[in-house]
Amino acid sequence: MKNPEEILELIKSNFPDFEVTFDSSMPVEPIISIDPVKIHLVAQFLKTNEELLFDSLMSLSGVDDANGTKTKEEDGTETITGGTLSVYYHLHSTSLKHKITLRTSSNRENPEIESVENIWKTADWHEREAFDMFGIIFLNHPDLRRILMPYDWEDTYPLRKDYKNPEFYHGMKVPY
Amino acid sequence: MGLLDKQFSDSNIVVAKVDDLINWARLSSIWQLGFGLACCAIEMMAASASSYDFDRFGVMPRNTPRQADAIIISGTVTLKMALRIKRLYEQMPDPKYIISMGSCANCGGPYWDHGYHVLKGVDRVIPVDVYVPGCPPRPEALFEGLLKLQEKIRNESLRKKSA
Repeated sequence: MKNPEEILELIKSNFPDFEVTFDSSMPVEPIISIDPVKIHLVAQFLKTNEELLFDSLMSLSGVDDANGTKTKEEDGTETITGGTLSVYYHLHSTSLKHKITLRTSSNRENPEIESVENIWKTADWHEREAFDMFGIIFLNHPDLRRILMPYDWEDTYPLRKDYKNPEFYHGMKVPY
Repeated sequence: MGLLDKQFSDSNIVVAKVDDLINWARLSSIWQLGFGLACCAIEMMAASASSYDFDRFGVMPRNTPRQADAIIISGTVTLKMALRIKRLYEQMPDPKYIISMGSCANCGGPYWDHGYHVLKGVDRVIPVDVYVPGCPPRPEALFEGLLKLQEKIRNESLRKKSA
């Protein structure tokens, strides 16, 4: 069983040229931030290293950080440009009983993050959901389709903070 | 009701209007499409089960729209599902009736503002005969809705479909 600081040291010693940051300022578990195009390498290491053995991806969630510049539209709504979209990975080792939280952030205009589907199969549908709700593109995902919204939904992502509902869908009025 | 009060004395002949006879037959065996959407479907299933016994009103679930007379929209209608509901409705033979059960199917319910995926009332895609309010309605409320639908069918005429 290892604490987050020890896990961080292991990651840093194995990937010396990666930019890895550590955030323990929040009252929740400490969060390790990793580059979005290198997350799969770190994930593979976390799963296979004999001192870590993170065999379970408990949850993979998309987050809209809404930290870009906000501009008010004429109709009172807001649009956000710039800033980041993040993905959080909650990992657990069933044999060694330790946990860790990873975060990776990508830019809002072209959010591309490496898929971890071939490391934890759980990630398949979780990543499809994050794609469906936030429009995060998971590189090398085998089947990145929408999972909840209709397949022919236009290119808008409902859980983004500046989302606006369309007026009509297949001739049905959407607003109340 | 007028169906059986004009008996002849040997009680082998009954005289009735065709309207009355057909309406009586229709309202006494409303076969519903076996179709549930959300938590309202649980109440609908409770209504079908033994302690409430929907079958005493002649209502029983059929597994194909081609054998169904009524469809109970029991729950939240998402935009994705709305297209399928419309298709099921179109596959049902006339005469066909619709009961909208619960707040979601009536008007969007708790999803009226922020439900990006919810159709705000199933009457935007198909014509509803009876609205049953509640979140979810108890089986008794669903029975009230069914009795209202029966009332509507009882006053129908062959020349003009009202329900």
